[in-house]
Amino acid sequence: MLYREAGQFKTSYSADQAIFSIAQDRWFVMIVLLLGFVGVPLVANQYLYTEVFIPVLILSIAAIGLNILTGYCGQVSLGTGGFMAVGAYAAYNLALRIPDMNFILVFALSGVVAMLVGVLFGLPSLRIKGFYLAVATLAAQFFLEWAFARVKWFTNYAPSGSVAVGKIELFGFAIDTPDRKYLFVLALVVVMALAAKNMVRGRLGRSWMAMRDMDIAAEIIGIRPLNAKLSAFAVSSFYIGVAGALWGFLRLGSWEPLAFDINRSFQVLFMIIIGGLGSILGSFLGAAFIILVPIFLNQLPHLLGIPLSTAAVSHIEFMVFGAMIVFFLIVEPNGFARLWAIAKEKLRLWPFPY
Amino acid sequence: MLGPILETLIGGLLTGVLYSLVALGFVLIFKASGVFNFAQGVMVLFAALSVARLSEFFPMPIAIALAVVVMIALAYAIEFLVLRRLVNQEGIILFMATLGVTYFLEGFGQTVWGSDIYKIDLGMPKNPIFVLESVFPGGLLIDPSELIAALICAIMVVALAIFFQVTRVGRALRAVADDHQAAQSVGIPLNQIWLMVWAVAGIVALVAGMMWGAKLGVQFSLSLVALKALPVLILGGFTSIPGAIVGGLIIGAGEKLAEVVLGPVLIRMFDLAGGGIENWFAYVLALMFLLVRPQGLFGEKIIERV
Repeated sequence: MLYREAGQFKTSYSADQAIFSIAQDRWFVMIVLLLGFVGVPLVANQYLYTEVFIPVLILSIAAIGLNILTGYCGQVSLGTGGFMAVGAYAAYNLALRIPDMNFILVFALSGVVAMLVGVLFGLPSLRIKGFYLAVATLAAQFFLEWAFARVKWFTNYAPSGSVAVGKIELFGFAIDTPDRKYLFVLALVVVMALAAKNMVRGRLGRSWMAMRDMDIAAEIIGIRPLNAKLSAFAVSSFYIGVAGALWGFLRLGSWEPLAFDINRSFQVLFMIIIGGLGSILGSFLGAAFIILVPIFLNQLPHLLGIPLSTAAVSHIEFMVFGAMIVFFLIVEPNGFARLWAIAKEKLRLWPFPY
Repeated sequence: MLGPILETLIGGLLTGVLYSLVALGFVLIFKASGVFNFAQGVMVLFAALSVARLSEFFPMPIAIALAVVVMIALAYAIEFLVLRRLVNQEGIILFMATLGVTYFLEGFGQTVWGSDIYKIDLGMPKNPIFVLESVFPGGLLIDPSELIAALICAIMVVALAIFFQVTRVGRALRAVADDHQAAQSVGIPLNQIWLMVWAVAGIVALVAGMMWGAKLGVQFSLSLVALKALPVLILGGFTSIPGAIVGGLIIGAGEKLAEVVLGPVLIRMFDLAGGGIENWFAYVLALMFLLVRPQGLFGEKIIERV
């Protein structure tokens, strides 16, 4: 009743190819955006900003990046943390060494640096695939983590090995309060998600998906594996690098390589599996889920009034988190994106299911 | 100059044996069920914790026997609660499931057994011995406990080889590894075979855990040896038991030698804050190797058809 597409005729090519071809979808996206830009700043407090909204948004960029590589192009990568570190340290060095550089440019260039590193570590994908490749990307993770811990130039010879960022300014506006950081990240997320969505709908995305579904068949119909795989690595690392730079500058403020260790890689991988492989929407849902569950689990014993030591809470958190991952995989291996699609199908027929 | 390098080489080889012990667990499971079992590392930790804590109440042999029971029970639980429900899913989904199991076991192991550092005392000789004193000045220093570990590992591999080649169950295991459907169609029960493989991998993890635990003490970081075993796996091939052994030896020796020989050079060249290159050297070594031979040392060459 609410979600009927009957009577909505597509009368032009542009209407036929629109991202949201149904009016209800367009309204829904508008409402979500309105809520994000206006509704959230009206109600959110500092805790919500720094612990929920900003992390979810930044990590959804990383998840979109990994989803492009793993979900669309089928190349499993466990090096996300390393590429995020490249973005973060590139942004740090750019901001430090080139004063008064526009921060949009800083973040974009740090994405480009991560992109170059990503292409370099993507080269083995032309020879190896599957789990061999997954383990090979761990080489990137460990090498990069080591490089940022040991090569002193990257940290500007800081004795402690950790780096801290200064003021962030954009066109005269200081991005210092949580709500400004939030709005900045949100704006970036909207732009980047839109770009990603269009990329995966176009020629490039189709060549990735062909590669994922069967690489030899794709090669035979004229898709060059070199172009398809390396472009997936490039675009994915760009997104992940930007996410890393944002994570360092807007979420952490000061960090050391440990902030981008292998657990970060697994966290982002969990996001896209739980959210749904090969789905931009799924990246957001997965990011929200993976960030919110630990916060919830952390609060739960407190809310129920069960006295537990911090160590016990963290162990139980691990257990519940692991069990939930397994549970979700068993119940819906295709992730939240699939649940969303099912819900939409149901809604089309509701309330007359025939 | 040759003496210290040879000493490092031997030390590296003996550590490599322990890597291959961990890698062996991966290979067993991957071969029989196609699951890339990331939980192998945490199984090592769990097994070592079980032995360490049980040995506080029981004499060592009984503690080990009980730990074997625990690992078999664990294998049963994983098969029954996780794998059985994920039959016919893609490889990456199964991999993620074992990551979930990893998280669960990390929490579970430390909740049940505690999260301090525990000791496993296997009564192995601790004092280093010197060999070949006539050839090199001062001789070569060798840790006897590592030598014993290498021996145990060798026995383990021979036992596994006999188990796989000769026994009825071993034959069934190889059949399943070759072709699931064909094996099932001649009446081999897949579920039981998988249970068996996981149990054997659990026992391999137990041996690895005891050896590592005796060497480093039983603590959380023990689960990280799994990460060291992964390059061994790609070097040797995911499906090859001899590959795991040879790969382990190459990686163990290679990374120790790199730390000694290559480390100082890198530090001087790039003005580094300390070495520690053994964290990534194994991976890069394996990666280089893969570029030449994508299926690993002994892996099966995959023939693909459209």
